[in-house]
Amino acid sequence: MKIIAFVKQVPDSAATVVVEDGKVSWGDAPLVINPWDEYAVEAALQQKEAHGGTVTAISMGDESAKEALKHALAMGCNEAILISDPALANVDTRATAEVLAAAVRKIGDADMIFFGRQAIDGDAGITPAQTARILGLPMLSFAASISVEGDTVKVERSIEEGRQIVSAKLPAVFTVVKDFGEPRYPSFMGIRKAARAQIPVWTLADLGIEAPKSVVSWPEIMNPPKREVTCEFIEGDSPEEIAEKLADKLIAEKVL
Amino acid sequence: MNFELTEEQRLWRKTVHDFVEAEVRPKAAEVDEKGEFNWEAVRKMGPLGLLGMNIPEEYGGADVGAIGAVIAMEELGWGCGSTALAIAAHNGLGTLPIVHYGTEEQKKRWLPLVTSGQGKLSALALTEPGAGSDLQGGVRTRAEKVGNEWVINGSKMWCTNASIAEYIITLVRTDPAGGSHSLSMILVPTDTPGLHIGPAEKKMGLKGSPTHAVTYEDVRVPLENLIGEEGRGLQQALATLDSGRLSIGALAIGLARAAHEYAVSYAKERRAFGKPIAELQAIQWMIADAATEIEAARHLLYYAAWLKDQGRPFTKEAAMAKLFATEMAERVCRNAIQIHGGYGYSREYPVERIYRDARLMTIGEGTSEIQRLVIARHELR
Ligand SMILES: Cc1cc2nc3c(=O)[nH]c(=O)nc-3n(C[C@H](O)[C@H](O)[C@H](O)COP(=O)(O)OP(=O)(O)OC[C@H]3O[C@@H](n4cnc5c(N)ncnc54)[C@H](O)[C@@H]3O)c2cc1C
Ligand SMILES: Cc1cc2nc3c(=O)[nH]c(=O)nc-3n(C[C@H](O)[C@H](O)[C@H](O)COP(=O)(O)OP(=O)(O)OC[C@H]3O[C@@H](n4cnc5c(N)ncnc54)[C@H](O)[C@@H]3O)c2cc1C
Repeated sequence: MKIIAFVKQVPDSAATVVVEDGKVSWGDAPLVINPWDEYAVEAALQQKEAHGGTVTAISMGDESAKEALKHALAMGCNEAILISDPALANVDTRATAEVLAAAVRKIGDADMIFFGRQAIDGDAGITPAQTARILGLPMLSFAASISVEGDTVKVERSIEEGRQIVSAKLPAVFTVVKDFGEPRYPSFMGIRKAARAQIPVWTLADLGIEAPKSVVSWPEIMNPPKREVTCEFIEGDSPEEIAEKLADKLIAEKVL
Repeated sequence: MNFELTEEQRLWRKTVHDFVEAEVRPKAAEVDEKGEFNWEAVRKMGPLGLLGMNIPEEYGGADVGAIGAVIAMEELGWGCGSTALAIAAHNGLGTLPIVHYGTEEQKKRWLPLVTSGQGKLSALALTEPGAGSDLQGGVRTRAEKVGNEWVINGSKMWCTNASIAEYIITLVRTDPAGGSHSLSMILVPTDTPGLHIGPAEKKMGLKGSPTHAVTYEDVRVPLENLIGEEGRGLQQALATLDSGRLSIGALAIGLARAAHEYAVSYAKERRAFGKPIAELQAIQWMIADAATEIEAARHLLYYAAWLKDQGRPFTKEAAMAKLFATEMAERVCRNAIQIHGGYGYSREYPVERIYRDARLMTIGEGTSEIQRLVIARHELR
């Protein structure tokens, strides 16, 4: 089984993200592996453990994305590849998908391709589907459990309406959700391996593609307008009286 | 000279930190309040490597090195003193004698069992009702050879992990004549008949780390349970404590760091006389001293650990690091309470618990007086 797990480096979820001089900034908050991608790596490793094979972690980003890849290696991935090229700064999800698809093709013969459900920075959650589309592969999103028999995969999807069971032929693309189960912590042995790993860097030239064009651009980015909030306590002698006063207020303010 | 952690050490610290933040720290107040051991987190420590920090890979360990071990102990101390003490005693005291002095067979039989996190942990019983600092003169627990067995009689005090251990390595007198070659270490499985583990001691702090009196009543174990050489028990114990002291020093630094962080954030929020108390010089000086002393302790400790990793003597440096780090932790925790004012004295705030936990560190694994004695002996020889 040849398995690929895509991971992204994102600002820590505790970071305060603001716009400064027209650019998004998270100050000096640390960068971490996208938390959703840890579930993708966990799912990939479980498939490897069940069926044998290898897991390759791939990230597109600048040099700092090597941290996310090292985390994936420390969890137990066999190898890691960084895709980095100055022409890829600030591309949209579709352009990203083209690059990721090119990487999948370059590796060749991948059976299972894993993503987290979304990245906590952009929060778009569509790169996996776009990648699947470009590769012409089935897209099995929001996987809460995955079982493979022969060349068929059955996935339990965790969706708003409940659970849905779907199946497809491999190769296929998956996104993994929290219900899949907690991702493992890296082990010291994994860390030792990750610390020593030389992570190869693939440029657009290595992938044999031109710089893909974004279809979405962000001509202007701004902070959401500050809202002035005033707080008023409604008092009264009994809960009924308070409720009546509140109802009157809500009607007067045209909330109801 | 290079003050940077290696890539491996940096990733290790981050991993242990994240683990402690998610699995250990959120339970710290509860394990203290209820006096319960955090098994749930400890089960997960096996795969990480936290239960076999000094144990070679072939016996299920992670062999993280002396610096790796102090990095992990600091993070554990930062998260929860109780859990950290149990892990320190397990790695530093309960397993180390087997790693250093055990036979191949002992290593294969006992080490994988206690590193996976699926079984129990390990313990070392040196202290007795009448023997703490003075083991050579004080140890009364006797082991006699009868046929192909050791028969052990006596009692031990203050044995960390006794109730949560697969075995207790016990320091016993094997030569009634006394002297520096009259003690030995014997491994006693905790399910051996005649071994009685008392109820958990009622302590000032570290309540989530069980400590017990243990009595031995005609306890019989095979002769091959001798760890190391007959008559070398004292020397083996003292060498084991050198490493244990690095752990306790690191644990103390973790406690101090946690208390310091709480004090800093409280000082920024609490207002008195029209401004945050962080703007008052009296508070700033306490914060500056804490930051400085934590850093100084860490440098001493890393240096001692580095010497150990180089295979060089580190007894004096380990004693210095333990002495300074543990006394520093008490000062820093004391001031963290001071900065919190009345709230620091309340159980609602974590600095109260951390202060109680820190108090043990200048006593366990050699009191401050014994550390000074060790250092002075090196200086005066
Ligand atoms: C929470 C906890 C966990 C523990 N865990 C373990 C464990 O797992 N295994 C184990 O074997 N023990 C353990 N101990 C015991 C601990 O190691 C001893 O308490 C410690 O070594 C001190 O011995 P003692 O209590 O008998 O004090 P004593 O030796 O009686 O000392 C009393 C006082 O006299 C001082 N003193 C003694 N000798 C000298 C000297 N020569 N010069 C100057 N001052 C001196 C001491 O510093 C101390 O201030 C634990 C203790 C506690 C509280
Ligand atoms: C067990 C207990 C019993 C108590 N009983 C009573 C009682 O019966 N009645 C009662 O009224 N109160 C009582 N108190 C409250 C006690 O008097 C206060 O906790 C104490 O005065 C400190 O106030 P604070 O906790 O608000 O700390 P803060 O005033 O917020 O002080 C926080 C820190 O800032 C420092 N600080 C503040 N101002 C300055 C400054 N100008 N320069 C330098 N440093 C400064 C303080 O020294 C302290 O280190 C009790 C408290 C406890 C814990």
